[in-house]
Amino acid sequence: MTALNVDTPAVPKRQPPRLMLAEPIMTMRGISKSFGDVKALGGVDVTVYPGEVLGIVGESGSGKSTLLRMMNLEDTPDTGSYNLVLPGHQDRNLFDLDRFERRMLRAHHIGIVYQNPHLGLLMNHTSSGNVAERLLIAGNRNFAELRERARQSLAASEFPTERMDATPCELSGGMQQRVQLAKAIALEPAVLLLDEPTTGLDVSVQALVLDTLKRLQRDRAITMVLVSHDLGVIRTMADRVMVMRRGLVVEQGLADQIFQDPQHAYTQQLVHAEL
Amino acid sequence: MKLQELTKPWAAFNYGFLDESAKRELRRRILKAIAIPGCQVPYASREVPMARGWGTGGLQVTLTLLKPASVVKVIDQGADDSVNASSIRKFFGRVGGVVETEDTGKATIVQSRHRIPEEKLREDQVLVLQVPNPEPLRPVQPDISIARDMHGDADYGQLWLVLYEQLVKSGRIMQGAEYPSLVNGRYVITPSPIPRWDVPKLNQADHLTILSAGREKRLYAVPPYTKVEPLVFDDVPYRVEDHHDKTCYRSNVTGYFVNELPQEDGSSAYELSDSHFGIKHIRKAEGEPVEIGDTWYKNGRMTDDRA
Ligand SMILES: Nc1ncnc2c1ncn2[C@@H]1O[C@H](COP(=O)(O)OP(=O)(O)OP(=O)(O)O)[C@@H](O)[C@H]1O
Ligand SMILES: [Mg+2]
Repeated sequence: MTALNVDTPAVPKRQPPRLMLAEPIMTMRGISKSFGDVKALGGVDVTVYPGEVLGIVGESGSGKSTLLRMMNLEDTPDTGSYNLVLPGHQDRNLFDLDRFERRMLRAHHIGIVYQNPHLGLLMNHTSSGNVAERLLIAGNRNFAELRERARQSLAASEFPTERMDATPCELSGGMQQRVQLAKAIALEPAVLLLDEPTTGLDVSVQALVLDTLKRLQRDRAITMVLVSHDLGVIRTMADRVMVMRRGLVVEQGLADQIFQDPQHAYTQQLVHAEL
Repeated sequence: MKLQELTKPWAAFNYGFLDESAKRELRRRILKAIAIPGCQVPYASREVPMARGWGTGGLQVTLTLLKPASVVKVIDQGADDSVNASSIRKFFGRVGGVVETEDTGKATIVQSRHRIPEEKLREDQVLVLQVPNPEPLRPVQPDISIARDMHGDADYGQLWLVLYEQLVKSGRIMQGAEYPSLVNGRYVITPSPIPRWDVPKLNQADHLTILSAGREKRLYAVPPYTKVEPLVFDDVPYRVEDHHDKTCYRSNVTGYFVNELPQEDGSSAYELSDSHFGIKHIRKAEGEPVEIGDTWYKNGRMTDDRA
């Protein structure tokens, strides 16, 4: 069973107990979703373990973003269940939550970075304000503390904090992604969802943002689900990889295994095309 | 039986101008608004002989509440004698046969634009405020149906964010009027542009306040003895306008909300915004037996801290 294969050198820099020996932090079962005639997801299972980075790859239209939206409770599938292990939360299908409960759960336990900063940021508010809003929703009412925590969060995302009161419109794409990231990690979420966070950025900027993500992952052991159609990004970031095609998972396993010894014809094709 | 015995004698208009079904609609909406403090209740807004935007919302509420024994005061930015205020007041006199007054203490209904009188209102008085824009979320969410969901979820983070950014950019809260305030711990209102000075008067007040927007066709209420808390950060106290040391040049009274009158020499003179309150002081100084009611503020400080 790959899930118990702790001898793998995939993540030598981290302590092994966090990886896969623990109980999963996120479990999705049988997620399917159709938009009219289009079957975006055809019964997908996802398991995420605490502290790991799960990479999801697949061609355009394979259902990656749809799946991530489900994880963020922005959308409800036609069938399927979803569970997050959170302190103080009972075992229940999160898709049964109402709008308010979803909003609170999202505010406290899930962070997300979208490909398009317009989706994740209030563009006419300051960057620090974008981060502070998260804390405000969670009930923080102390101005000095809001500012300090926004600053810390931005600093952790390696955002130049002297620019923290600039609006995202005045910032470069890479900086905007850092603001999204700061916002997403402000409340130490149980899981951080990243939907193509570096697509559309220059290769050099992309590398810097990925470095930040790696550092965050190492220092804080944040559980991440990273969606990308760029195998290079997945290769540098992911501990485990899920390969999707036409709404189905065609292969999954430890990153090294997937890249060195792909089993499925589609994965082989992807890996060889990338080399 | 003759038709005449079955019907009422002909009249040019209903008592209080509005037809009965319009009044019933308004009464029901007002009751609902009182039952859910701070919640905006839509209503079918009638045409009245006045253009929308000139207080038709307040007018309809007052007309609904009117009875022959009512005593009505109408003010505009604190003044009883503005053209708009006096014509609305006269209209109430004509269609309701009510007593018109300028004295806050004597009124049973006070209809107002943008101010709450300085003298405390009592349990037996109703304050009707004319509201141009009832929706506090409009600046942050132009889509009404999304705004409704946000109220439903008490999702007011973006209103806090606006205050946060005022502090970041200016070092202080710049929100002059329409200060966002939480009613009964549930709904946020931006009370019709009354100044910050007037917001604490709504907190745990003895009187009922009904705020009505005719153009937007929505009303909401702050019932008596209801908590109204301005949104404030723990470490940045709520501050009202700094008028404690301003003296009215006409009445010589100090410590109330004033209007600034720029003078030709570049200086400023001040006059009480609540004009009849000033007149009462002048009359009293001239030896007339005038009764001045207890005030919410004393020497520019809110003394009635009921929170
Ligand atoms: N709201 C929607 N309405 C209709 N169809 C949708 C909607 N959202 C997604 N789809 C369809 O579902 C399928 C999966 O889309 P999704 O965005 O999840 O793909 P993706 O893997 O993220 O692709 P990309 O790499 O281009 O971002 C596509 O065929 C898409 O057209
Ligand atoms: Mg996508």
